[in-house]
Amino acid sequence: MSWFKRKKKGVTTDSREKKEIPEGLWYQCPECKNVMSHEQHSDNNWTCTQCDYHEKIGSLEYFSILFDDNAFTEVASHLISGDPLQFVDTKNYKDRIRTTIAKTGLKDAVRVARGKVDGVESVIACMDFAFIGGSMGSVVGEKFAKGVDEAIANGLPFICISKSGGARMMEAGFSLMQMAKTSAKLTRLAEAGLPYVSILTDPTTGGVTASFAMLGDINIAEPKALIGFAGPRVVKETIGKDLPDGFQSAEFVLEHGFLDYIVARKDLKTRLAMSLRLMLKDQLVQN
Amino acid sequence: MNYLEFEAPLKELNEQIEKLRESEKKAGVDVSNAINDLQKTLLKKTEEIYNNLDPWQKVQVSRHPDRPYTLQYIEHLTQGQFVELHGDRTVKDDKAMVGGFGMIDGRSIMFIGQQKGNTTKLRQYRNFGMANPEGYRKALRLMKLAEKFNKPIVTFIDTPGAFPGLEAEERGQGEAIARNLYEMMKLRVPVICIIIGEGASGGALGIGIGDRVMMLENTWYSVISPESCSSILWRTWDQKVTASKALKLTAEDMLGNGLIDGIIKEPIGGAHANPTEMFETVKREIKQQLDVLDKLDPAKRCDQRIDKFCAMGVVVES
Repeated sequence: MSWFKRKKKGVTTDSREKKEIPEGLWYQCPECKNVMSHEQHSDNNWTCTQCDYHEKIGSLEYFSILFDDNAFTEVASHLISGDPLQFVDTKNYKDRIRTTIAKTGLKDAVRVARGKVDGVESVIACMDFAFIGGSMGSVVGEKFAKGVDEAIANGLPFICISKSGGARMMEAGFSLMQMAKTSAKLTRLAEAGLPYVSILTDPTTGGVTASFAMLGDINIAEPKALIGFAGPRVVKETIGKDLPDGFQSAEFVLEHGFLDYIVARKDLKTRLAMSLRLMLKDQLVQN
Repeated sequence: MNYLEFEAPLKELNEQIEKLRESEKKAGVDVSNAINDLQKTLLKKTEEIYNNLDPWQKVQVSRHPDRPYTLQYIEHLTQGQFVELHGDRTVKDDKAMVGGFGMIDGRSIMFIGQQKGNTTKLRQYRNFGMANPEGYRKALRLMKLAEKFNKPIVTFIDTPGAFPGLEAEERGQGEAIARNLYEMMKLRVPVICIIIGEGASGGALGIGIGDRVMMLENTWYSVISPESCSSILWRTWDQKVTASKALKLTAEDMLGNGLIDGIIKEPIGGAHANPTEMFETVKREIKQQLDVLDKLDPAKRCDQRIDKFCAMGVVVES
């Protein structure tokens, strides 16, 4: 019996990159290798204090950044994935869901909540990349739909923070139809005259880009986020050439006309709230 | 004639028939009885094979090089009363997406669909049926045109996917498909979508939002092709047969899961075995569905369409 057990086999670390950092205390930026304490990092909205690299964060982190006093109530929080196709690849889907829930503490790849963003009451759906790559299956579609329903019932704006590799293969046809379902729901929100802001974060690709992520009344993104339909590897294979620098970055997508603006995470809340105020009916805005 | 691997017995029988015919010509011997017998066997064998296709075989049939493509359907359904329209009015004309007004039995319909080619040159010209953003925008332009003149829309879906190229990304492939999903929900005219070959992912769905979504018997429709699914989930290209089963991508599975509205029977031996019969069946189906959809109030039709897609998905309470 040894004290420590290696869980993953074959883990190797390039010794050149390796610096002695005790676990739990320090964060090292994967871009500039700058080292800062976890506290400094989270105080800086999980961006690097030196190079502004935006670390991937989950729904709870985004909610803590956006909701006033971190106060929010979750919508449809109890939903989890069925296994409609009894899908089996190298693992069966049911087990994959069970272990992912246990590992991440998340129920699925999106969390929906209602709260105030700088005084503007809103419904926010936020994807979690940690849950099977933020992939969209029935639960993501249904929670998105429930979030839109909540917004319509209470006359609130709806915001979605996307972070996803696309549709979830293990629900195949069902996943594909979530693209249709979320888009259908957004027509209802539009009928109600309520704003929809789509926030695209690193990464947003595949079926999510090809549905609700690109359908915002306003589309905004975090700096340098990867945003595209086909993944970069697939595009590279298709054209048989190296991709130009910055291809499919938020800046590239803005330049080609598919985003309204890019905003650093530290300014996200104020810019989002201002954008919402400018679109909402005047009496709905309370401070 | 092209034969798929599992059609080998049919190939053999056809060759035997051919040989008999030749010898009949050369030697002047009457072998019509033998030919008749062989043709009966051929029919029986075809039925036997085609009534028992597994998912992977159906995927192969959906890609059969002799299978009729979109423009062939349109030409036969409209008997030449078809005006093809081009261009998205923004960037260019996408050859992988075709469309235009056509007449079926005195009724004007907007036809739209992905187009594949049947020679190497034409396949390249049509980009293998993989549309770029301008293809989806051309499709949307034509749908809006149909709506303006209150004409129903029929889409023919047959694509291995939306094109994953560099320019496609620059011009917003994701946005183009998303826009179509959103706008098609709101079209005030009847929309019928028919999968006539391959229904691959967002590229298919981009013209696939309809009051009736139908699949021909030997087609597939899913979030990813079995090959790509195999490469991603199993990290090898060798599991495509397993993946084709796991994805539940056949017309029967999709109908069983409530993700499509109906299946259109193909002639014995597949659409390519008897295209004329296939065209007639599709024509009958379109007319029948339009008769029903015409009777609905436009607002109600839209509501039903939106509600139908909103109801899709399986979740459980934890």
